Amino acid sequence: MTYDAIIVGAGHNGLTTACFLARAGLKTLVIEKNDYVGGAAVSRELTPGWTYSNCSYVCSLLRPEIIRALELPKFGLQVIPYESGATFNSKGEYFNYASDHDALRRELIRHNPRDADGYERYSRAVMKQCRFIKPLLLRTAPDPASFRPRDISELLHIGKRFHDLGERDMAETVRFWTMSIAEFLDQYLETDILKAHLAGSGIIGTGLGPCSPGTAYVLLHHYMGEVDGSIGAWGFARGGMGAITRAMADSFRASGGEIRAGSGLDRFLVANGRVTGVVLENGDEFRAKTVVSGMDVRRTFIDHTDEADLPEDFVRGVTRYRFRGSSGKLNIALDGMPTFNAAPKGARFLRGDLHFLDDMEEIERAYDDWKEGRWSSSPYVDFLIPTQIDPTMAPPGKHYATIFVQYAPYTLADGPWDDAKRAAFAKTVIDKVSRHSADFEGLIVHKEVRTPADIEREVGLTEGNIFQGELTFDQLLFNRPVPGYAQYRSPIRGLYMCGSSTHPGGGVMGAPGANAAREVLSDLGRRIDMGAAA
Amino acid sequence: MSAVKTAHPPVPMGLQPTPFHDRIAAANHQRGWMNWMGFASASVLDTVEFEYFAIRNQATVFDISPMMKYRIAGPEAEAVMNRLVTRDIRKLKPGRVAYVIWCDEAGNVVDDGTVFRLSDTEFRLCCQEPQLAWLDDIAWGFDVTVEDVSQGVAGLALQGPTSFAVLKDMGLVGVETMKPFDIREFKVKAKALTVSRTGFTGDLGYELWMAPEDALTVWDYLMEAGHLRGIRVIGYEALDMARIEAGFLLPRVDFVSSQTHLRPGRARNPYELGLDWLVTLDKPHFNGRRALRRLALEKPKRKLVALEIDRDKAAHHALVYHRQKKEAGFVTSALWSPTAKRNIAYAWIDAPYADAGDDLWVEIYLQRELIWQRRMARARIVERPFFRNPRRTATPPADF
Repeated sequence: MTYDAIIVGAGHNGLTTACFLARAGLKTLVIEKNDYVGGAAVSRELTPGWTYSNCSYVCSLLRPEIIRALELPKFGLQVIPYESGATFNSKGEYFNYASDHDALRRELIRHNPRDADGYERYSRAVMKQCRFIKPLLLRTAPDPASFRPRDISELLHIGKRFHDLGERDMAETVRFWTMSIAEFLDQYLETDILKAHLAGSGIIGTGLGPCSPGTAYVLLHHYMGEVDGSIGAWGFARGGMGAITRAMADSFRASGGEIRAGSGLDRFLVANGRVTGVVLENGDEFRAKTVVSGMDVRRTFIDHTDEADLPEDFVRGVTRYRFRGSSGKLNIALDGMPTFNAAPKGARFLRGDLHFLDDMEEIERAYDDWKEGRWSSSPYVDFLIPTQIDPTMAPPGKHYATIFVQYAPYTLADGPWDDAKRAAFAKTVIDKVSRHSADFEGLIVHKEVRTPADIEREVGLTEGNIFQGELTFDQLLFNRPVPGYAQYRSPIRGLYMCGSSTHPGGGVMGAPGANAAREVLSDLGRRIDMGAAA
Repeated sequence: MSAVKTAHPPVPMGLQPTPFHDRIAAANHQRGWMNWMGFASASVLDTVEFEYFAIRNQATVFDISPMMKYRIAGPEAEAVMNRLVTRDIRKLKPGRVAYVIWCDEAGNVVDDGTVFRLSDTEFRLCCQEPQLAWLDDIAWGFDVTVEDVSQGVAGLALQGPTSFAVLKDMGLVGVETMKPFDIREFKVKAKALTVSRTGFTGDLGYELWMAPEDALTVWDYLMEAGHLRGIRVIGYEALDMARIEAGFLLPRVDFVSSQTHLRPGRARNPYELGLDWLVTLDKPHFNGRRALRRLALEKPKRKLVALEIDRDKAAHHALVYHRQKKEAGFVTSALWSPTAKRNIAYAWIDAPYADAGDDLWVEIYLQRELIWQRRMARARIVERPFFRNPRRTATPPADF
């Protein structure tokens, strides 16, 4: 069978590219190794009555331009913001990161009056960086070595924007992109529990600790999203994160696209340096002059491409590209709403993201375990109970808890992951939660436990890295994933990349997928239709 | 861990009451509230017009408790204040108040406010925006303590031609000798009351400061004493009319603090704001001095000017054009002045047009029963303030 374009992988980026290509009139096929679509934006019912957000669990980064252009609301997508969040420490205190500005100011003053002002300064500094980086998300990163007019004008555009920041903020930007989140927060804030709460965004998904340079940027990556124009706000996709990819799949099919799930890619077909199609594991063969891989750069080129078709420097670039899985996930069906020792009655912040931390050093110590090849004995957790807001994911009165856990290595010092180690990992996490919620463990009716190795096996993310590669400055912009190949094209003509291994990186953002579609269509002499969002 | 009993109650949500809230709520027939630093501040109690005319004709009371107040005290408090603000604080004597601005190192205005010199070594700074972090930075290395005392001091603005008479009737002995910007301590009903002859209306007026726990006692006594002097509780909307007439600027409305804006190039310096008179370049080092010395020699890129506009509709949010064609600026505050009987506004005008004289026009949009009309009205740059009455500074003030 012959198509105009084939997309490998039905994750949110693959589907985003597929939607744009189908809308441009290309006969487009999406292939997916699992029986279901979604990649890491997936919702499955593993125990009757409960729907999990099995991997990614909150939504903010998904670009509003993409939501509009692909008409995702028409296909059922609803993103509901959640309010607030909190960190509990071991002394029985809490910090409520209230979403209401006045309430947050009161809460900060309660902890430390100086931090109320310090937080405003911190928030302004981060917001300035957001304003600088956001317009770059839906643009292809310029190649600084090329002299094509487009690259030169794009470099000038970035250069001008940088210069427009003014002397002081130019310096701040360079500092910000290279600093650690701990040093960054120390500049503005004094209170440990507050810094611990904010530092989490600097390390989530990353094989770095809060004291590692480069983690301030990771915080920005988590901060530059929005819900309906509210920058930095996070929300739940109603029905779980799978609702995003379900809406994308429906939008794709409505444009005439075809999805074949259940058999993964065996290899790309290449002739004379040009891609000609794909062969699936079940032997099916499909032909197309355009093939786009939503898989990460290592799976695409090391596992499914013949090295003979690739230049040596490209292969070297791919092999040195860092993944470093650092996180695991627990999805838990609860028989009721757990109570938290330090939470006052009627605390609304339980509806947000909860953390159990004393200070940033606790996260750094948790990172030390990871470096030694162990999961953290006192892990950082991002704990949410979305069913307090979303009525569709559990029966009335029952609840679903999503627990993102960091750090967990891809390979353990004492050998690969097995069932016993997975169970011990889960126990470490549940014990930590139980120190703050006495009734939590007793309410568990089912749990899904995922180590980085499980995430790699099920979702296909190399080493279980949730961003398809570390979000450090050496792997961003025109260096992502490989210098000279940052514009979604590969050394093989007609073979493109659209996953989070490409600019601007991971998170359920869709920007790599949309940018890749624009480049593919541009090579075919067509224009991407961003609709009213353009 | 059994921390249940130690769980701190959640911080309150929504607008919080000031020490005067019960009395103001009782008088607030319109149920009009607005958010002032998280506190419920009355916007209109019954009618804006009558509240406004009470400021210019009788005596009015406006709750200023939500204002940010900082205590700067210690052997080097004067040095810190002099480093902070652009005026020469050494000339401010104990018992006196000064209107001040303070700038960042680029010479852009951080905020404006009033400095109360309570003694040789103690100052109080009143302003709109939180400044603790900024004050900490300025005070670093000095023998001084900086404290946010916003919640520790309740305040009322008593403004209007009969305000002096009200205070006299309250039995404040010697209040008639208070000159503008004087501070004096009194006792009423055995409560300590600090009075400053200050205000935001350009009229005769005072500000009364007291401990929050004494607030209702003082309020009740003030109302009793003012009963025969036409005392009236007012909301922010009426006060805003008076402050425009009086020539006062408002942060976030007429300019953006250099510490809060996100977009490059939004900060403004004293020369652009027309506040040159607040800058003393020949005093020793203060924050922004180096930049201000340079800026003083340059022609500002734009200026905040006072406009008098033809016709009678206030030019809210209007764009300003030169020769009805070239965009030259925009209006930040606008008002039909009931006292000056003029259509007035503040506007930012780009440099080439700030001296353009009489060929400026504002574009006013009016909705008349759902139909929009666009009017070009001629505007002239005039001196501020728009309203100044000799009774504001008369000492002793008149007894009416």
